Amino acid sequence: MPTVLILGAGSDMAIAIARQFAVEKYDIQLAARNSASLNALQQDLQIRYHVKAGSYSFDATDFTSHAAFYAGLPVKPDVTVCVFGYLGDQEKAQSDWTEATRIINTNYTGAVSILNIVADDYAARGNGTIIGISSVAGERGRQSNYIYGSAKAGFTAYLSGLRNRLFHKGVHVLSVQPGFVYTRMTENLTLPPLLTAQPQQVAVAVYKAAKAKKNTVYTKWFWRYIMLIIKSVPEGIFKKLKL
Amino acid sequence: MEKRLANWGNYPALSCDETTFSQEEQIQDFISSHSSIIARGNGRCYGDASLATFSVSTLKYDKVLAFDTVNGIFECQSGITLDQILEIIVPEGWFLPVTPGTKFITVGGAVASDVHGKNHHVDGSFSSHIISMDVITGNKDTITCSALVEPDLFWATCGGMGLTGIITRVKFYLKKVETAYIKQKQIKARNLEDLIRLFEEYNDYTYSMAWIDCLKKGDAFGRSILIVGEHATADQLSESQRKAILKVPGKGKLRVPFNLPSFILNTFTVKAFNWLYYNKNTKREINNVVPYEPFFYPLDAILHWNRGYGKAGFVQYQFVLPLEKKDGLVAILQRISDKGWGSFLAVLKVFGKQESLISFPMEGYTLALDFPVRKGLFAFLDELDTLVLQYGGRLYLSKDARMKQEVFWSSYPNAQKFAAIVKTYNGDQLFRSVQSDRLLLTEK
Repeated sequence: MPTVLILGAGSDMAIAIARQFAVEKYDIQLAARNSASLNALQQDLQIRYHVKAGSYSFDATDFTSHAAFYAGLPVKPDVTVCVFGYLGDQEKAQSDWTEATRIINTNYTGAVSILNIVADDYAARGNGTIIGISSVAGERGRQSNYIYGSAKAGFTAYLSGLRNRLFHKGVHVLSVQPGFVYTRMTENLTLPPLLTAQPQQVAVAVYKAAKAKKNTVYTKWFWRYIMLIIKSVPEGIFKKLKL
Repeated sequence: MEKRLANWGNYPALSCDETTFSQEEQIQDFISSHSSIIARGNGRCYGDASLATFSVSTLKYDKVLAFDTVNGIFECQSGITLDQILEIIVPEGWFLPVTPGTKFITVGGAVASDVHGKNHHVDGSFSSHIISMDVITGNKDTITCSALVEPDLFWATCGGMGLTGIITRVKFYLKKVETAYIKQKQIKARNLEDLIRLFEEYNDYTYSMAWIDCLKKGDAFGRSILIVGEHATADQLSESQRKAILKVPGKGKLRVPFNLPSFILNTFTVKAFNWLYYNKNTKREINNVVPYEPFFYPLDAILHWNRGYGKAGFVQYQFVLPLEKKDGLVAILQRISDKGWGSFLAVLKVFGKQESLISFPMEGYTLALDFPVRKGLFAFLDELDTLVLQYGGRLYLSKDARMKQEVFWSSYPNAQKFAAIVKTYNGDQLFRSVQSDRLLLTEK
């Protein structure tokens, strides 16, 4: 059976993605900072879907540990999904460098660090799939979340570059651009129901897109067009808006 | 996130701030920063039991923790729904020990309402099958309880509508089955007398209940269809059924997309529906083998059937009367029939004996029926309450949205004791709902 590695497995979106791959009979490797917190999910996946599941300790911002983490996996995954992220507090991050670096390191630097290692392994093997969960927030900076947005922008650019490099090695890279999703991360925001996806919808879209070797997938699908419009607003007008 | 919430009856609806959690420490954080909350599962209780200004949805706390396929023991977090559990256990030859008429409820909700099923007279309610459970109580400790360990907490949590705390983990026994099918028998009863006689005649069947037409008057008053059943054995199945004896039936596809205008359900349409329902069985008795789905969950096939009652919503009225108070049943049904305020379905069932602190069931007859909310309805239901009290009965808290507090206190014999235990574990009234405030189980 193929194996999928879920990096940042504690989040609502990660749980949904893990379950979706388990439905498709993938063995699951769950990785998060506190691996003990993954025990319940690990049992759940094994009992519900009759797949193997394991839990591993992984800290996205502890870059030096990443090589050992990947080397320590008992089986090298066929698919790696990078789900971890940190929305943070924009206002705080504007003046608090600790918060700003936490946002940048979780969403960008940490992702680059671990995916560099995975990418080298996949390139050497000549197969594998890397899925990066980025965000539409990375497509245009807005005053309400531009530190998070700029880190995600970096991640999106990284993924497209990685796709370009690995295509020639037989490795596929999928960029996922979720719009609003009902998760704990967004629980305190009032989200428009029509524009907001459930984590399960994202998971299904991610799995299908990976299987079809799509390059970029938006969830919900129309976010691609919403972002086209948002990106086409001239900067002279955009800067005057309060977004 | 602030949103408008209502339970299955769509009455009452109020603006609630709801949070979710998938790890226990997340819920601890939430508890620490709020002074009053109530746990909420899938919102399938009918009234206001899981409504409060701040509610905690357990739906993301839904992991299966252990499944002993040899001894039939299941352990899970409280937010998993029964339909998910069935998908896991049925293929292994196990079934829920007790299930209500919908599979879209959480395990936490099953405990908090101490749900009963068609097998109550044989197997009791859900609480009789619980091995142990965890509850986060008012002092934020997680306490493991069972009928033997911390029994006060255990019994006040079973049927306690979430007032002792947040149920987080439940371990319970399953029922062994050979197939995913039910061998059922449907028998027409000409009237209420006939039905009660049939209930007695068929009381050794594991599952039994009746659909009753409560608009019919005269000789046919209480005309009904008694449905009894047993889990089918493999040799009772048809050839095509035998190809997959433990197959989980496919998912329902029909749904009511929006609230229907309330005039759609009037006396005429309900009478017509009941006529069709009764007369679809042309023979007096039908015997067949059906998948468990239509037997246990006929209404689940129509998602959002509650929208059929319109925007004003409905209340489901369910009471139980002691076995010897047959005349009370007749009197109350008579009142309902005379009023003619409609009832899409009326379900009659005979409960077996049950010793419990605050659970609804007791040995006797239980009748459940729907009333669309309309002017004058609550005054009418207050009249029915008086009759229920007079005959020594009580109302099901899971269905309740409007009972007066004095009705509750005088009909539940252990109400005082229950309230005292709630005070022990929830002294600061951290856990409270619109219902508990209304019934004065918590102080306003």
